[in-house]
Amino acid sequence: MSSIENSATDHHDDHEHHGAPKGIMRWILTTNHKDIGSLYLLFSLLMFFIGGAMAMVIRAELFQPGLQIVEPNFFNQMTTVHGLIMVFGAVMPAFVGLANWMVPMMIGAPDMALPRMNNWSFWILPFAFLILLMSLFMEGGGPAFGWTFYAPLSTTYSGDSTAFFVFSVHIMGISSIMGAINVIVTIFNLRAPGMTFMKMPLFVWTWLITAFLLIAVMPVLAGAVTMVLTDKYFATSFFSAAGGGDPVLFQHIFWFFGHPEVYIMILPAFGIISQIVPTFSRKPLFGYSSMVYATASIAILSFMVWAHHMFTTGMPLAGELFFMYFTMLISVPTGVKVFNWVATMWRGALTFEVPMMFSIAFIVLFTIGGLSGLMLAITPADFQYHDTYFVVAHFHYVLVTGAIFSIMAGAYYWLPKWTGHMFDEGLAKLHFWLSLVSVNVLFFPMHFVGLAGMPRRIPDYATQFADFNAIISIGGFAFGLSQLLFVAVVYKCIKGGEKATDQVWEGAEGLEWEVPSPAPYHTFETPPTIK
Amino acid sequence: MSSEYQKYYVPAQSPWPIVGAIGLFCIAFGAGGYVNDVTKGESGFSGYLLLAGILTIIFMLVGWFRNVIDESMNGMYSAQMDRSFKQGMSWFIFSEVMFFGAFFGALFYARMFSVPWLGGASNNLSTHEVLWPAFEAIWPLVKTPDGTATEAMGWTGLPLYNTIILLISSVTLHFAHVGLEHNKRSQLKVWLGATILLGCIFLVLQVEEYIHAYREMGLMLSSGIYGNTFFLLTGFHGLHVTLGTIMLIIMFFRIVLKEHFTPENHFGFQATSWYWHFVDVVWVCLFIFVYIL
Repeated sequence: MSSIENSATDHHDDHEHHGAPKGIMRWILTTNHKDIGSLYLLFSLLMFFIGGAMAMVIRAELFQPGLQIVEPNFFNQMTTVHGLIMVFGAVMPAFVGLANWMVPMMIGAPDMALPRMNNWSFWILPFAFLILLMSLFMEGGGPAFGWTFYAPLSTTYSGDSTAFFVFSVHIMGISSIMGAINVIVTIFNLRAPGMTFMKMPLFVWTWLITAFLLIAVMPVLAGAVTMVLTDKYFATSFFSAAGGGDPVLFQHIFWFFGHPEVYIMILPAFGIISQIVPTFSRKPLFGYSSMVYATASIAILSFMVWAHHMFTTGMPLAGELFFMYFTMLISVPTGVKVFNWVATMWRGALTFEVPMMFSIAFIVLFTIGGLSGLMLAITPADFQYHDTYFVVAHFHYVLVTGAIFSIMAGAYYWLPKWTGHMFDEGLAKLHFWLSLVSVNVLFFPMHFVGLAGMPRRIPDYATQFADFNAIISIGGFAFGLSQLLFVAVVYKCIKGGEKATDQVWEGAEGLEWEVPSPAPYHTFETPPTIK
Repeated sequence: MSSEYQKYYVPAQSPWPIVGAIGLFCIAFGAGGYVNDVTKGESGFSGYLLLAGILTIIFMLVGWFRNVIDESMNGMYSAQMDRSFKQGMSWFIFSEVMFFGAFFGALFYARMFSVPWLGGASNNLSTHEVLWPAFEAIWPLVKTPDGTATEAMGWTGLPLYNTIILLISSVTLHFAHVGLEHNKRSQLKVWLGATILLGCIFLVLQVEEYIHAYREMGLMLSSGIYGNTFFLLTGFHGLHVTLGTIMLIIMFFRIVLKEHFTPENHFGFQATSWYWHFVDVVWVCLFIFVYIL
């Protein structure tokens, strides 16, 4: 990792805008990457709880067999909007928020490359989700076709809210593309002199590659929703065999977006873990360059594996084999990463602060999610697992104990840098342990009911699954409630607490740890020199 | 990177993004309602909301670009800033390429898989026999499995003229660009004007072609997968040509009325020019895969 001669934060007196403006308009008109990062993070936290509340509805209904709390159509709306909100409203904005805060500080840039567009990419997001949430209250209800909006569910059998769904997804896409362009241009163009590509912190590297994936696939999603719109409202037949199209075509287009999308939600997580593990192991990251190459390999492979979501659609055998083998190939670079994290910890002077605890939990639990993914990659086995709770268990291990845990780890890691205060360690540890136990009570039994054949996205189930589902729901409620502790920790940390040093963590290295805590409103107005 | 560091300009607060966000909200919410209204033959306020959104976005663009132009003319931008703009525009064009990619993907899938399979190819013999035994798998698909009939658009005539027009327009725009780089302002104005003229002729001919398709050939957006891909691909392309022509017209007025742009500093012109060439390349792909093959 690079070191610097002067942190160059003492230059901001001689410029016209030094401090942060006051009042609500500061947040609405801001062009400051730290403000916009905070907005993204707060918005993502809000969405996390709204999407989480929907998950609670789902788990309450599934607590017992039979239909007791909600109508099946409302249940479908909950699964759909829970998925959309968690993917586009919680995980992705959280990573963009972290990128906004940390990338310019990590590469010695004065701000993001295009600060006004940065504001625009954030402020269109709340409006997009406003439209999506409002559609729940429309006549006929909100979208109920699953977050994957497969045709013909979204075309022939969907309600009037579909048009609102389509346009809100368009806005989410515009936001992601503009955000990604900003990140990629910042990294290419605003690195401080001496910050060569192979000196960049891994969080910056993973975000560079993520941004490329976003620009490549979000437009494809826009194409998919546009075809759904014309199929539903303007009598086209892209996804209807009667007009020469094919419902399976929808799945091809959707998953060509959807598979890179899942890496969009995990590559920045890899970056965060690669920042945290070396700090608390007091050792440089093991195999830095192999981490970079592994990330790039995962990104390239992500474009060649989309149809492993579609093994049961009746693809030609050659297609099934191709997608099976390429999917399995992804475990190689991913294995390199897990190996490197473990090797970084090997013989390190380990301490177990909260960010490190979340990171270690990430490494173990994400690996479980990876291994169940490998099981799903085997075509003949997937015929059995497809559309069962096994799939639900798999992607929640990857997304909750993977992406969300890494976001929590990153938030605890950088919170002292953002606020200038140390957080309440005891409360944070309680949050960690409650989350760790409850998340496994929540998702681990799903493997069993899934393998036994319980289908996903159905509000009722056969009675033999009753005991496991009750346990799962209890885990779900416990996990949901535990997250309130996170809000308490963050709130207390913003309000006060022990003063944080510039370096914050003993073993932390990199430019962001050489500026004061809290980080001044403008950092690196003239670039630092990197040796 | 040079050792002489010019400060990177970070603008102070700006009202335009939030105006743009409200504009986009009105467009999305208005369009969502409008699509429902139109297809059900109802009337409502949604159309007005959509219109208000579009006007808000135009207002936002004018204000935002005015700020950027003023800042640039006052010499607040460094060479590094210029690179940010150029890279940003390049990535934007890449995202557009991927957007068209989705529709080209649909076209190739229909031609290589869905239509032949409906005709019984690969292992789909029984699908063909059971569902639509009379269906014949040909491309262009002039008769869909459920019996919607249409005619195929040939490549000679209007489409060929349009191809030639767009190809020439790329060349004329390049001449204009060369004129700007060598500070030959009249060469710039003449060739830029010619490009705009060619763009407008293209659009008029495209409308002509659509009218011909709808009135005389019965080729419509709803004419099965052939009509779907034909109209969405050429339609989105036409939309991009329209946008590109508007951008060129704005460049023309900036050059003629305000004497903007210098041989060294002309990002706005360059971005417009890149966009135009991109639209041209998309048309060449369209001409080959939609019209000829």
